[in-house]
Amino acid sequence: MNNSPIFALIDCNNFYASCERVFQPNLANKPIVVLSNNDGCIIARSNEAKALGIEMGAPFFKFRQLIEKNQVAVFSSNYTFYGDMSNRVMKSLQMMVSDMEIYSIDEAFFRLDTMAINCHQEFCSDIRFKINKWLGIPTSIGIASTKTLAKIANHLAKKNLYNLAKNSVVDFRDKKLQEQILPQIALKDIWGIGKGMSQSLHKIGITNALQLRDACEMQIDKLLGVVGKRIVYELRGVSCLEIEDIAPRKNILSSKSFGKNVFDKTELQEALANYVVRACEKMRRQKTKTQALMIYIRTSPFVSTPQYQAGLTHNFAIATNNVQEIIACALQLLDKIYKQGYAYKKAGVMLLDLIDEQKMQYDLFINNHNPRQQKKEIIQQTIEKINQNNGRNTVFYAIQGVKRSWAMQCNQRSCQYTTNVKELAKVI
Amino acid sequence: MKKRGGLRIGAGRPKGQGKYQEPTKPLRVPLSLIGKISDFINNKGYCLPLYNCAVQAGFPSPADDYIAQDIDLNKYLIKHPTATFLVRVIGNSMIKAGINQDDVLIVDRSLEVRNGNIVIVAINGELTVKRFIKNANGLFLMPENDQYQPIAIKEFNENTIWGVVTNVIHKV
Repeated sequence: MNNSPIFALIDCNNFYASCERVFQPNLANKPIVVLSNNDGCIIARSNEAKALGIEMGAPFFKFRQLIEKNQVAVFSSNYTFYGDMSNRVMKSLQMMVSDMEIYSIDEAFFRLDTMAINCHQEFCSDIRFKINKWLGIPTSIGIASTKTLAKIANHLAKKNLYNLAKNSVVDFRDKKLQEQILPQIALKDIWGIGKGMSQSLHKIGITNALQLRDACEMQIDKLLGVVGKRIVYELRGVSCLEIEDIAPRKNILSSKSFGKNVFDKTELQEALANYVVRACEKMRRQKTKTQALMIYIRTSPFVSTPQYQAGLTHNFAIATNNVQEIIACALQLLDKIYKQGYAYKKAGVMLLDLIDEQKMQYDLFINNHNPRQQKKEIIQQTIEKINQNNGRNTVFYAIQGVKRSWAMQCNQRSCQYTTNVKELAKVI
Repeated sequence: MKKRGGLRIGAGRPKGQGKYQEPTKPLRVPLSLIGKISDFINNKGYCLPLYNCAVQAGFPSPADDYIAQDIDLNKYLIKHPTATFLVRVIGNSMIKAGINQDDVLIVDRSLEVRNGNIVIVAINGELTVKRFIKNANGLFLMPENDQYQPIAIKEFNENTIWGVVTNVIHKV
């Protein structure tokens, strides 16, 4: 047996648009776009929508005419549904492969060399077939000796560049093939290379993947540090990045634009309290505590009315995961930065420097085993249990508000087909 | 505060950082049972048999041999959870198969379709439920209601069948 690793990257094609098609077969071969929270920007496009020239990340209003003229199906983002479909894709994959890493909502790496497989190409084709049959989601798979090359292989597979794909699978392990293809790969299409890195490389005359692979690693190390050097090695086929378990996140952000302009402080308080609750949910799920809270509020930069934005951070003496305490802190911070008379359009909270709740540092000067603190924790756990059994927001803090008139618009959300019995797909 | 010696509140490592991630307590255990008890702890208790009466007292309950787990409807009705979806029925084209308006169907997309299965198919951009029939004349989608006409399937490929219906949930 040879020990060199073989990585595969599976990526769902136009994932959000593909999800919408599963339960709306009339959208097959039709252009689809999905909008961001609050229906602001275009965040996903089907191939047909891409062909119309609709840009990724563009504001919706910019393409509204084109969209209406071409009868493009428009959806508000339905993360509950996409999340459940993603979960199903990943669980199905887990049944078929051993070492895998969920890289994003629609991508996963897995190892092929640790399984007894005769033909990698065939094995991957079979995975694609099953994910498509079971869930209706089309995928592409790239195979290579490193994760960075697998990412390039996937890119080739998805677009069937240079006709390399067999059944949307590209095996990119052949050195000769790499020599041919890598010169055509732009720096921006290499995993881990952002705008800044790309510009620095252009300055020393490196413009494609082959040049970067064959560059002097000392020079790259000096220019880009160890991250850049690692990419050079990965392009050479020396694996530096392993399949990883998902590391808990260090910061959690919860921010959204409002559905309307908000002037009133109480409405901002409500919104911030809700964002804190959402962020805390995520934090508590990954069993961490936060050491600092940042909040910000801002007016819309797209209008000519008076502009104001402000943010403020509070450091907790002892790391906390207590929602009550964090809400209280957010409200105090808001008191300090709120100014009357502005049309606020967005607010956000960020929990910073999260640490493992088991490994926290106590304060030397404070009584760390405060019975009130324990009581608060019991209340929190009770609230969580009630909401788990009876649905989100069954019990909530009064400051979160009842009407929530500031809440987002999502006028064109499809049904929560897979998670809500009242919204199941209809069959005739 | 005490002047010297004795218990210091809050001293030492915080509770619950060890192997079990919660506070622990020493316990006297007969030597012969150490293996079983550590198995019990390592399996988080799942592996011990369950009895519902004291074993030595009097006549054993004749029901003990028959104790089973609660019935899990999910397990009973859904063999492939990741590939199974629920859909709701509109209309009465399948009424003779016991499928009524507003019933919920359990649909398994991982099953291979067989002749005579009730299936979900995407036709003219809509999801429809019909019986799949293969005979000498070709492939057909048969309604189970005399007022509806059979539909011939002209093109059959791997995406024709959306899923195979395994159960009907009907409120009575």
